[in-house]
Amino acid sequence: MALSRQHELHKRRFSRNLGLGLVLVGFVALIFGLTVVKVSNEDFAMPTSEGAN
Amino acid sequence: MSDASLNTTQTQATEAGFGDYFALLKPRVMTLVVFTAFVGLVAAPVGLHPVVAFAAILFIAVGGGASGALNMWWDADIDAVMKRTAKRPIPAGRISGDEAFGFGMALAGFSVVMLALATNFLAAALLAFTIFFYVVVYTMWLKRWTPQNIVIGGAAGAFPPMIGWAAATGTISVESILMFALIFMWTPPHFWALALFTRMDYDNAQVPMLTVTHGRRATRVHILVYTILLAALAIGTGFTSVGGPVYLVVALYLNARFLKGAYDIWRRSEERAEADKYLTERKFFKASLVYLFAHFGAIALEAALVPFGLGGW
Repeated sequence: MALSRQHELHKRRFSRNLGLGLVLVGFVALIFGLTVVKVSNEDFAMPTSEGAN
Repeated sequence: MSDASLNTTQTQATEAGFGDYFALLKPRVMTLVVFTAFVGLVAAPVGLHPVVAFAAILFIAVGGGASGALNMWWDADIDAVMKRTAKRPIPAGRISGDEAFGFGMALAGFSVVMLALATNFLAAALLAFTIFFYVVVYTMWLKRWTPQNIVIGGAAGAFPPMIGWAAATGTISVESILMFALIFMWTPPHFWALALFTRMDYDNAQVPMLTVTHGRRATRVHILVYTILLAALAIGTGFTSVGGPVYLVVALYLNARFLKGAYDIWRRSEERAEADKYLTERKFFKASLVYLFAHFGAIALEAALVPFGLGGW
């Protein structure tokens, strides 16, 4: 099964994909954290129903 | 499994790993950006939630990294000639120039928008201006045109503490301008010392460094003059609200040493420097890194001591 052999190219692609995946997971976690902080802030107010109309 | 690209040498030559993209962000420069932005943020009189502070520093770092990627895109021809930079991803052929340009532009836009959303518009505007200044004013214009490239271009590296301060307070103040000025005045002697012992690199790349255009004697004089001005500024900062007793002691000690180093560089002849392979210049360059980190470390320490009734005046 020569074609299934790991090539150096595959390693580089894997490192890139893994790195990007971790960056994206980190980004999602950061946005989640930021949202929690911003929403918990005393200055934050939900729009009233009047404001929404 | 079939993979048509497996045996294509072209793909092998240009396919980059994750580390290559990371290298495009100039991680070493980024440590300075992260640290000084952090100090600007903690020295500010307004506290930020740790998550927001972390996000702010991260986006400032990404903005700095974007500038680095765009700088490498534009300067690929110079980098290929200089020994110090020849192994960077673009001259080494691992990432194409177009790819680096797209990567840099995307990160620049992303970092500015995210900083605005996480903190405020002033901080984001300062970050956008910093990227513009570093890429367009310094890299594209000044670097290849004038020997004052380092002096004016140094402003780009001086903005991070100001952005950190603006992220926390939403303003620009005397303190943030002083932190800016500290890095701004520190950059020329730092880079000119490097230029003295990497002489051939800048000559070969035909970058108009002071060493190339005005000679090495003039560069030594410039280092001394800028170091005297820097020392006055750094010690003077000790008497402002970001300074304090700890900062002042650190500043007095480091500036005395730095002035001695600059004086030694000024006094040396080129023959003596070549004889010991630029030992004094190399020491001065290393000391300059410690100098900046210690000054900003002392500012951060002063701010950290305030809750305990210490720190500051």
